[in-house]
This record gives sequence, C-alpha cells and structure tokens, in this order.
Amino acid sequence: MTDLLAARAQMAMSLAFHIIFAVIGIAMPLLMVIAEGLWLKTREEVYLTLAKRWAKGTAIMFAVGAVSGTVLSFELGLLWPNFMAYAGPIIGMPFSLEGFAFFLEAIFLGLYLYGWDRIPKYAHWFAGMMVLLGGTLSGIFVVTANAWMNTPTGFSIVNGEVTDVDPIAAMLNPSSFSQTLHMTIAAFLTVGFAVAGIHAYFLRRDPDNLFHRRAFAIALSVGGVFALLQPISGDISAKKLAKHQPIKLAAMEAQWETERGAPLRIGGIPNEDTEETRYALEIPKALSFLAYSDFNAEVMGLKAVPPEDRPPVAIVHFAFQIMVACGIVLIAAGVIGGWLAWKHKRLPDQRWYLRFVTFCTPLGFIAIEAGWTVTEVGRQPWIIYNYMRTAEAVTSMPNLVVPFLGFTVLYIFLSIIVVILLRRQIFLS
Amino acid sequence: MLSLEFCIACVMLISLIIYMLTGGADFGGGIWDLFATGRRANAQRSLIAHAIGPIWEANHVWLIVIVVLLFVAFPVAFAAISTALHIPLTFMLIGIVLRGTAFVFRTYDVQSDLIHRRWSRVFAVASVITPVMLGVTLGAVASSTIHVDVESGQVDTDFISAWFAPFPFAIGFFTLTLCALLAAVYLTLETEDTELQEDFRRRALISAVSVGAMAGLSFILAAEGAPAIRRGLGSAYWSIPFHMLTGAMALWVIWTIWKRQFRLARILVPIQVTLIVFGWGLAQYPYLVTPDLTFSNTAAPDTVLRPLLIVLIAGGVLLVPAFWYLYAVFKGAARKAGQTKEEIGP
Repeated sequence: MTDLLAARAQMAMSLAFHIIFAVIGIAMPLLMVIAEGLWLKTREEVYLTLAKRWAKGTAIMFAVGAVSGTVLSFELGLLWPNFMAYAGPIIGMPFSLEGFAFFLEAIFLGLYLYGWDRIPKYAHWFAGMMVLLGGTLSGIFVVTANAWMNTPTGFSIVNGEVTDVDPIAAMLNPSSFSQTLHMTIAAFLTVGFAVAGIHAYFLRRDPDNLFHRRAFAIALSVGGVFALLQPISGDISAKKLAKHQPIKLAAMEAQWETERGAPLRIGGIPNEDTEETRYALEIPKALSFLAYSDFNAEVMGLKAVPPEDRPPVAIVHFAFQIMVACGIVLIAAGVIGGWLAWKHKRLPDQRWYLRFVTFCTPLGFIAIEAGWTVTEVGRQPWIIYNYMRTAEAVTSMPNLVVPFLGFTVLYIFLSIIVVILLRRQIFLS
Repeated sequence: MLSLEFCIACVMLISLIIYMLTGGADFGGGIWDLFATGRRANAQRSLIAHAIGPIWEANHVWLIVIVVLLFVAFPVAFAAISTALHIPLTFMLIGIVLRGTAFVFRTYDVQSDLIHRRWSRVFAVASVITPVMLGVTLGAVASSTIHVDVESGQVDTDFISAWFAPFPFAIGFFTLTLCALLAAVYLTLETEDTELQEDFRRRALISAVSVGAMAGLSFILAAEGAPAIRRGLGSAYWSIPFHMLTGAMALWVIWTIWKRQFRLARILVPIQVTLIVFGWGLAQYPYLVTPDLTFSNTAAPDTVLRPLLIVLIAGGVLLVPAFWYLYAVFKGAARKAGQTKEEIGP
C-alpha cells in the first residue's frame, strides 16, 4: 500500500465513520424537540419519556461524533499538510463558523442532557432547539468547506502564488447551496426513517404500545417530509454538477462520449480499458434532460479529458446507483406512509407497512455513505478541483499504513461497542 | 504592535488558557479516577463523573477552536506542526477518542460492575495519555528542532527527534501535573462530604508540589532542549518579576490548600495556571514554531484575518453568555440547592 493510498484510506474511513454519528447528532435533536414540545403542549407523560429515551441514545452518538470530528480536524493536517497550507486560509471562514456552531451544540447539549431538573421547562426546550440549530449549522459549514474543494472560488493564482483571498466568496462557492441542502435533508431523512424503522419493529410485536406508536408517528413524519424534499435538492445538485463538474457527472452516469440527447443509465458495468459501459438499461435522452432541462442538450463525456484526469469511473457509477436506489425506496416509503395516513386518518400501522419501514432502517445511512463516495471519489484525481491533485497534498510522513490500521481497528472496536450499547438501550424499552 | 495576527495569536493563547482551566481539569478528573484509592475509591470516581459529565464536551471545543485558528491564520505553521509531530498528535487523538467514548459508554452502560470498571480504566488511562501528548507537542514546538523553509513550507524532520526528547516529555508531564492540580482543587468544592474533601485536598497538595518540581525540571531541561524559550524565560526584562509572581502564586496556592481555604484555592489555582501558560506564551512570542516560524511570517493575508477577527468577536458575544450559563447551572450556586443523589448521571 503506497502512502498516498494509505492516507486516502484513512481519510475515507474516518469520514465514513464520523458521518454516521454526525447525522445522528444533527437530526436526533429535531425528534427530541418535537417530543418535548408535544409534552409541553399536551402534558402526556409518554412524550416526556420519549424525549428522555431519545436523548440517551443521542448522548452516546454525539460523543462519538464529537471525538471522531476532532480526529478529522487534525487529520486534515496530519495527512494533507500541503492542502491545508494552501487552502486553510481560503476555507477558514466556514471552519471558524463551524467552531462556534459546534460550541453552541456542545454547551446546550450539556444543559439538555443533564438539565432536566435543573432549569425551567421552557429553558430546557430552548436548549434542545439550540442543540438542533448548532448541529445543523455545524453540518452546513463543514459541507460548505467540502463544496469549495469541488468548486473553488474566492482567490486567484499569480505566478503560482495564492493571492486576492476572499473568504466570503470562497464560502459562497457555486456548490455550497446545493451540497449543504442535499446533505442537511439527507440527515433528517435518514435519521427519521432509521428511528421509525426501529419503532416499527417493536410495533409489529406490540401494536398497542403507546410509546412506540408516538415515537413511530414523530419519526415517520420527519423522515417522510424530508423524503419528499430530497428529489428537489437532488435535481439542483445534478444541474450544478453538469455546469461545474461535468466529468464527475459523466463518471456518475458512466457516460464516455460527449453527445446530444444523452441517456440515463440504470445499472451497467463501465470498463475503463475499453472506455464503454455495457449491460445498462438506458432511458433515452433522460440524462440530457435531468442535467440541462433539455432532451437534446449536449452532455460532456469522460473522453473529453485525458485518462489521468478522470476519477475511478466504476466506483463513482456504482456508488451513485446505490444512493439513488436507496433514495427511491425511502421516498416511496414516505409517499406510501403519507397516503395510508391520509386515507385511513390514523397512524399507518398496517403490518406490511411496518415491515417495509423496518427494512428501510439502514437505507439512509447506506445512501449517505454512497453519496459521499460519489462526491469524494468523483472529484479525484483532484483534492482542489482543477487546482491541486490529491497526490500533491499528501504528507511526507512515511509508513502511513500504520496509523491507517490503528484508526481502523479503533473505529471497528467503537462501532461494535456502540451497536451493543444501542441494542441494550433499545431493548430496555 | 496591534497587528491582526497579533490579535488572533492572543485569542489562541486565551483559548489555550481556557482549555487548560476547563478541559485540562476534565483530564485531571480522569487522572484521579486512575488513582482513586481506599474505601472511598468508588465515591471519588462518581464524584468525578458527576463533576465533568455536563461540561466536558463544551470544554473540549476550545481545542477545536485553537486548531481551526491555527490552520486558518497560520497555515504554514499548522502544516509544519502536523507533519513533524504526526506521531504524538496521533497518540493525542487516540487519547481524545478513547477518553470521550469511554466516558459516555460508562455513563450509559451500567449493566455490571465489571464493565463499568473496564470503561473506567480506559477513560482514566486515556485521560493521562492525552494531556501528556498535548504537552509533548507544545514542548516540541518550543524546542527549535523543527526546521521549516518559510518560502516553500518544506519541513526538515525525521518525524521523531523533535518530540522524542527529554524537554518535550518534561513539558508533557508538567501539563499532566497542572491538570491534576486543577481537578483536585475543583473537586474539593464539588462535595459536601468532608472525607472526600480531605481525599482531594491531599491530592491537591501532592499535585501542587509536583507542579513546582516539573516547572523546575522543565526550566533546567530548557537550557539544552529549548534554548530560545529559555532565553525568553530567563533574560527578558519582564522575566524576573513574572517568575516571582508565578512562584509566589504557587506558594499561596499550597498555603490555601493546606489551610483548607478551598474557595480561595479555587480562585487562585486558575490564576497560577494562567500565569504559567501566559509566561510560556510570552517566552514563545514572536515564534510560533521555533526557530523558523513566527506569527508574522506564517500569517494568512489580512483579507483572511480581518473577517476572521470579526467572526471571533461576534461569535464570542454569542458564546460567552452561553458558556457562562452552562457553568452557572452546573457549577454555580444553584448546584448546591438542587444536588441530590439521583442526579448523579443523567
């Protein structure tokens, strides 16, 4: 394993681990705040129990998210010092703002978790909302920094030197809005369905359990609403990609030729040697339409750039297909749930639907991992798109396979512990 | 004098001081968890857990603030430090991960005493490793062994000799004793139980003396290990009165602990630690990474620093009251009134 590959593997593994806990830390507070708000309004004890139970799970996940996020902030320098020396000041603004948002989240989470009997009821609810705000903003700022790597703006290069740095312009780069929107919706959508899925599992065994009925109702509503919003943000993202990162889009679609009326491919195996994609189900002209709102628009293919400037096509293509597939199932779960609830005017607790939602429990997380694979691998070979290659950014430190394996073992160990702990927490109920 | 990078450097030093006073004390709690002894060992452990539970995550964010400010405002220094000190920083990170996760796992997983004790051990050992590695890093930065070409940012390092030396480790253990002292003094006021109070009084005395010993040892080793800092500490016009002030404060702290004036000690110890960190900051200035990198030759352009400073001020206005409220709720007068057995742990 080369040091570059080890560094990439360590970064990918750290991100893949962190993001699970990060999205839970972002979205669980919404569920908690809704439950607590319903308790304040109705004074039904079950809502308070629910808020407290969810808070316990969140406490574990938040702590793992906070420490794994700390690891990432250091790894930026430990693995990619040349990138940070170049980009640190330019993308410093979102990172600084993220620092404050994270502060807000941590402070109010302490108040929320330990303050049930210490502070007034509405102050406690307010603390929950600040956790939600802090978490959501944290996520948005971090993704903004990533968006800059995809569409770098806010600086110019004169004689190889970075000058005219404008941190605000860098923060408001063309990908910021589409990426943060897509990720934020994904967080709420994923966690909504994951939680709904867990409670659906218990409802199948104990259909009249009030605790699980209320929990299922809240979680499914959150998941369902955000599921309906996600296609809109996906469409915005596709159009941004077509404009600013056409090669990434081409890799996602395994589109080799630059052509008018390009088809949308479902499945298919891209071959990087023969530069063609076989066995795909092609929907004629659909890609041109999705990318440019015009069935005959020209879509750039991978062959437009030399092979050394292309990302690994197969990984990006497969990851994209997985993300879309999971997303479609979740959207369907949201639409069906909404329709059942509207038609029968009650909680959609049909056994087959509960089974379906239980099946959906991990899908959001899979979609998020796959989506980040698309974003990150699709940007390769660049770390800063069209400015700096990943190979130029890596540290001179040798034997990087050692920290990679070390962190991998550590994170696998933590994952196992978290699963055991959550199982205990969940089955206590 | 009052350049933008100087202002940012001041914010970083203040953040580091607050991190030591808050997050450092949390690590100190872990140290005393490791050394919990006697009949009251379990009572000591649960007092520590109770004391740091609501606040440690917020305290931890100060470290993130320091790192972010370092890479935004002084990117070349950040790159150099994280290249040359990759190994101690990695150990520090592993310590941070294990400390935090073991603490929550222990809090929320009390199925059996055996599991509880295991998490306790992980939490405690990680609480020792982390501040030592943080201190090693700071010591290495001051030791004039990391040579950097400012123009290209090229770091000349073998990745080991800069930190694997007596001086950085002296600073590492100096940091550890400071954490232990802060925690022991804070803990005397976290309980009404006089026996527990006496336990932590004894620990506070031991740490206060150890702090003195480590300060002396670090100063001696600095002659070889950190010549630039030694010059700053030893010969600048401010150094003699500053050392006398710090030394007097250290003695006063020992006196108050001895006399069981815990409330006074609770005020004096943070001042003592602040003086120590501040003195190091003064000795270090204008160097960020001795001998090549200064605050001014690694500073990001003003177009970056100006909005950064505005964000820091605006964010501070928002943050300070929130941080204050957290402490008022869990550490203020209200704490005593609402403290009951059930409240240990959430």
